[in-house]
Amino acid sequence: MPFSLKLEKRLEPSKTISYLVPVASFVLALLFGAVLLALAGANPLQTYRAMLEGAFGTPEQWQQGEFYSLTETLVKATPLMLTGLGVSIAFRMLFWNIGAEGQLVMGGFAAGAVALWAPTLFPFIPPWAYLPLMVVAGMLGGALWGLIPAMLKAYLRVNEIITTLMLNYIAILWVQHLYYGPWKDPQGYGFPGTAQFPEYAWLPRFTGRLHWGLILALVAAALIWLVLDRTRWGYEIRLIGENQAAARYAGISIARNIILVMLLSGGLAGLAGMTEVAGISHRLQQGLAVGYGFTAIIVAWLAKLNPWGVILVSILLAALLVGGDQIQIVMGLPASMALVLQGAILFFMLGGDIFTRYRVRFFRRSAASPQPAQTGAGK
Amino acid sequence: MNTSPPTSVKMRGIVKRFPGVVANDQVDLEVRAGEIHALLGENGAGKSTLMNVLCGLYRQDAGEIFLAGDKDGHLRQVDINSPRDAIELGIGMVHQHFMLVPTQTVAENIILGLTQPRFALNMRQVEKEIRELSGQYRLQVDPTACIWQLSVGEQQRVEILKLLYRGADVLILDEPTAVLTPQEAEELGQTLRRMAGEGKAIIFISHKLDEVTTFADRVTVLRDGKNVATLPTADTSKAELARLMVGREVLFRVDKDEVEPDQAVLTLRDVEALSDKGLPCLRRVSLEVRSGEILGIAGVAGNGQRELAEVITGLRPATGGQVLVRDRNLTNKAPRRFISAAVSHIPGDRLGMGLAGNLPVSDNLMMKGYRRPPLSSGPFLVRNAIAEFASRLIQAFQITTPSPNTAVRTLSGGNLQKTILAREITAGEELSQDQAPLLVAVHPTRGLDVGATESVQRTLLEQRAQGTAILLISEDLDELLSISDRIAVIYEGELMAVVDAADADVEHLGLMMAGEKHMTNNDVTIEPGFGD
Repeated sequence: MPFSLKLEKRLEPSKTISYLVPVASFVLALLFGAVLLALAGANPLQTYRAMLEGAFGTPEQWQQGEFYSLTETLVKATPLMLTGLGVSIAFRMLFWNIGAEGQLVMGGFAAGAVALWAPTLFPFIPPWAYLPLMVVAGMLGGALWGLIPAMLKAYLRVNEIITTLMLNYIAILWVQHLYYGPWKDPQGYGFPGTAQFPEYAWLPRFTGRLHWGLILALVAAALIWLVLDRTRWGYEIRLIGENQAAARYAGISIARNIILVMLLSGGLAGLAGMTEVAGISHRLQQGLAVGYGFTAIIVAWLAKLNPWGVILVSILLAALLVGGDQIQIVMGLPASMALVLQGAILFFMLGGDIFTRYRVRFFRRSAASPQPAQTGAGK
Repeated sequence: MNTSPPTSVKMRGIVKRFPGVVANDQVDLEVRAGEIHALLGENGAGKSTLMNVLCGLYRQDAGEIFLAGDKDGHLRQVDINSPRDAIELGIGMVHQHFMLVPTQTVAENIILGLTQPRFALNMRQVEKEIRELSGQYRLQVDPTACIWQLSVGEQQRVEILKLLYRGADVLILDEPTAVLTPQEAEELGQTLRRMAGEGKAIIFISHKLDEVTTFADRVTVLRDGKNVATLPTADTSKAELARLMVGREVLFRVDKDEVEPDQAVLTLRDVEALSDKGLPCLRRVSLEVRSGEILGIAGVAGNGQRELAEVITGLRPATGGQVLVRDRNLTNKAPRRFISAAVSHIPGDRLGMGLAGNLPVSDNLMMKGYRRPPLSSGPFLVRNAIAEFASRLIQAFQITTPSPNTAVRTLSGGNLQKTILAREITAGEELSQDQAPLLVAVHPTRGLDVGATESVQRTLLEQRAQGTAILLISEDLDELLSISDRIAVIYEGELMAVVDAADADVEHLGLMMAGEKHMTNNDVTIEPGFGD
């Protein structure tokens, strides 16, 4: 082999590279997707166009005041933003919370419980108080669900990857049990689902299905940014994430921060559950746990744990989902094509990261070289 | 074939660039078979880079490497692309941090990574071969012992045996004596001599002048990535080598003012603690450090020094005894309580504990001060105040950094240590409220070059003059002897003795570091006897 290549660590990744690499990775992922689409017998350009229009609409539609595609994308982006924010703040201190799905469901459950039962149990609560109460309940539900793995980790060093993952299934099945069983709407013709919430427990909508949850998500992003960037607590989280031994050395309690961060992380996912039930379904039913909490992990990574990045990436991934539905309708392609693309984008973006941290050097091997060693001889 | 011994390794015009630095700039090195060749230079002079090129970890940007070829002594050019290539060419390196698997036996570690034999493995045969090798070079070690049971010196022998077993003709040792007692270092010197006697080429990296002049036949001095000189050690002196290495005259004595020690700042009473493995690592340690005094702790690495520092700073629970700071009992209080009691800590592991490598210099400087005004106000950080604070410390402690926002890990070892010192001393001053602060310094000059060492030691002495009580844990006996007021020796978690630095001698300390209970000398005072 006349040529050989070697990876060398960059001392400090340059700014240009750190912007260039994600863009190049995204383009490569689209090219890779194009090859797959071509193999599936579709015209890649047409397909991408259909997806784009499906996710954001066409200029003609906008001129007619028709924003259905765009609002649907934002509707799907909202829970991704909230769970993505929650996951990324936990990931910042290397707490691997992959339980956002369960925390979302428990948030929806708690908010739903308020909307369903408070009117009869506490008739004195005025209608205007319901939405704030449900926000609090939703966040509490998620936060307490996140508190369980946090305590286990902080005091007993139980691996949080396992506990957060398993608690997802408990939460999902618990809520399923409720709307299939004791909380099932007696007037629901046997369909699984609770009764509809009273209307004062619905999040107001702007247009289409786009509801106030989007505002909550944007406010949350701004607050998280403020906390991480401008407060003592944010500094502590950063320090723990970078070097836990140094944080302990600086007098920071790791256990206390695991608990606080997970209350916040779970609370944000719980808020996502609240906005889903109060903004979209207006009841607890199938469709609450559709994987936003898992996609949130992808969102967090692609956003490099940056709150504003989470907002952008959430919109991008939501557009892929909505656009994916469109190609099924318009192009007659399977909607799972969108999931393939989503996977490819993640794969390329995370894989491309190596080029921000290392540079690749090619060199010529001279004839005097000993037999080339098999790969992996390094360590 | 000529009269001088044949060349074993020749590196010519080696250039290695990293972004923004030229680590090796046209460096030449020639090592003969049968010689011990020292590679001397300050940190950042390019010694390690050059050796990493030779053992295949880096690829040079320019330059050639030649090895002894056939029996006529003709050189052949070689291309080294990976550590495996280097091993196949007979080049091996003992790294500063040993690369051994603690739970495996000596023999298992030695054959780890070998591709021969492919299937059947006869451990008996391997053990026999290892015994033969260790007999031949007098590297006593039991091939069936597990690594974790061995002392650091023995582990080093295993590393050397590993290279010999692979048939290395060129052995590179990176700062081999840093972890050894003076006696062990002496033994190592004899081993190196014996290996050289067998015709092997030994290269050892060092920045310690003493060992260069005693062990090596010839020395190559590097400075700023360039060759400065290659000379026989017989024709040179420590002073000359120091001048070549640093580029200016170096004073070897640190001036120490007389300071009258004042009241006790730190008192330990029968402190006991467990190691990370849950084994006793401190046994009834009692000591006292007074204001304006440096108490040195001598000992071979791994005898409880790190744990001692951690107990004193609240990072490790004490399982017995008391830790008192200015008569306040802080035993097993949270680290934060120690910080607010003006206990500063320079950890031995700079990037492991003392700093967060990826965070900027300013974030690292504020690690102990971010909770108080002016750096924060309520829950919020005050950015301007932080920037001002960082620039002030960078200037006052002469930290060389492109900017306060540079990731700290990109700084040199000396500047990393200055960053830690700046933060710890500032925190101590701010929190002590006119009382004497306590500074626990663990290996504060380890791995630093002559210039940075001088500056760190001077800073410690300045602190002492201002009344700080300093507990100095070091493996460098010269350092302990030159800047401490008293020296305690720690062995397997036990304090052997506390002696007056002015009367202590290296040999005696060395014996105690190896566990010899010291004989009662009249120049020695035994604990407990403090608390006048």
